Amino acid sequence: MRPGLVAGAVLSGLALAAALLSLIWLPYAVSAMAIGQRLQPPSAAHWAGTDHFGRDIAALLMAGARTSLAVALVAVGIGMGLGVPFGLAAAARRGSWLDEVIMRGNDLIFAFPSLVIAILITAVFGPSAVNAIIAIGIFNIPVFARVARAGALSLWTLDYVRAAQVAGKGRARISVEHILPNIANLLIVQGTIQFSLGILAEAGLSYVGLGAQPPTPSWGRMLAEAQTMVTLAPHVALFPGLAIVATVLGLNLLGDGLRDALDPRLRGRVA
Amino acid sequence: MTRFVLHRVLSLAASLFVASLVVFAVIEVIPGDPAAYMLGLNASPDTVAALRETLGLNQSLPMRYLGWVGGMLTGDLGTSYTYRVPVAELVGDRLAVSLPLAAGALVLSTALALPAGLVAAARRGRAADAAVIGATQLGIAVPNFWFAMLLVLLLAVRGRFFPAGGFPGWSDPVAALRALVLPAVALALPQAAILARVLRSALIETMGQDYIRTARAKGLSRARALLRHALRNAMIPVLTILGMQFSFLLAGAIIIENVFYIPGLGRLIFQAITQRDLIVVESVVMILVFAVIMVTFLTDLAYAAVDPRLRRRA
Repeated sequence: MRPGLVAGAVLSGLALAAALLSLIWLPYAVSAMAIGQRLQPPSAAHWAGTDHFGRDIAALLMAGARTSLAVALVAVGIGMGLGVPFGLAAAARRGSWLDEVIMRGNDLIFAFPSLVIAILITAVFGPSAVNAIIAIGIFNIPVFARVARAGALSLWTLDYVRAAQVAGKGRARISVEHILPNIANLLIVQGTIQFSLGILAEAGLSYVGLGAQPPTPSWGRMLAEAQTMVTLAPHVALFPGLAIVATVLGLNLLGDGLRDALDPRLRGRVA
Repeated sequence: MTRFVLHRVLSLAASLFVASLVVFAVIEVIPGDPAAYMLGLNASPDTVAALRETLGLNQSLPMRYLGWVGGMLTGDLGTSYTYRVPVAELVGDRLAVSLPLAAGALVLSTALALPAGLVAAARRGRAADAAVIGATQLGIAVPNFWFAMLLVLLLAVRGRFFPAGGFPGWSDPVAALRALVLPAVALALPQAAILARVLRSALIETMGQDYIRTARAKGLSRARALLRHALRNAMIPVLTILGMQFSFLLAGAIIIENVFYIPGLGRLIFQAITQRDLIVVESVVMILVFAVIMVTFLTDLAYAAVDPRLRRRA
């Protein structure tokens, strides 16, 4: 039994379930305003209370889960889709000019303060969920390139990879057929971590008004709107924050748990 | 060592050159006409033409790039379009707030992380370790701006111990420091969580080494071995993280500075971006990138000085 893994799976599963359920059912429509019902504390009718427009916070949280998860997921997809091929290519041609260019390119992206660049991209191209995805995704590329390269380098020294070379397979084919399946574990674990970081980044961008735009519900923007009302009705700031914490915590626990479960070498070693 | 330093200096110069090209491209080439972008849709063609003249946009791209880099090298960062003051002056004023804030957050996060990491490593697998791991998991998951809102609610609105926002300026040092306490705490929490985890892992890794076993066999207590030998060797990953965190804290304070309305570097960039003051954005982004690259460079050199094995990696 791995309590961390189970707790992580449950918390991440809840967020995912809320996002999927919101596609077919919501307790209230997210646009249903009722000014007479504004800033109500949690009750049987509104489990998480209502916001300053009298909208149901539980419904907004469920729909917001969709935005957060979608933005973070696509950003991870961009990072993996571009980063992994770069990392594999760098490892296949270790020490060549290609390796050098890819790795220096990585260092360069790391040198840019990610938040500043994300804000810059959304400011130049206009604030939207799509631009937030691109901004977060760009900074995932070097992360996956590094993980893929490091994992691949250790595999290239193994006998079965040498055997495949002797058998006449090209470096690209070996990378795809033999290296990639064997670093999949590493990539999945890193993917979970980047997923949780993406949710935090999306929340931050939306909070400063550069993420998903109204009327798309978003946890970060709910917090921004709650800021001026937090003294009157603390619950408007409490629940979106808790939703972010629970989802990010769940994904991190899931990532740590998967790393321990998938890599037998790590069993019993440092967490 | 000389060869290593030379190699590093060359790669530093190359990084800075490419970074400056990227910043220049994003700001001056991608938006099309920076003057039209800065003035917005309703600007008259005459105003745009006048601004193009002031910004020197009628010169060729290479000339503009050289002019910008040359200015940076001589300390001339241009004049802000919205504030109408030299950018260098603006940056100086803002650094007077951001540097102490970043330093305070760093000191605070180290002060929290050092004992937490030590206790967790010393009591590995016991209740104290589990508590530290749980707390760090939570610390990493909490968005710092939400934590900041909770701090304001509890300690500024309900408690009235600290101001809820704003910065009175350094003429009243006590009030200024009080205004920086909550932002520093909000910035420090996630950093402390990361640092404590890195320190714990590094310490546990080091405690498994042969020389620690030797030291223990010679009669050193576990606590002494931890403090005298393991801690020193575990400092390399910890220092790396600290270096990265300092540059992050300078730029990453954007959101926290916005929560507390603190006139720091982060808020300057954020406002400059929303006000489309590209002159400020371009120079400040380049300064931040320069800071990150320099910190990495200096950490690399420091390691190589301490650990000769690392020199060969060049």
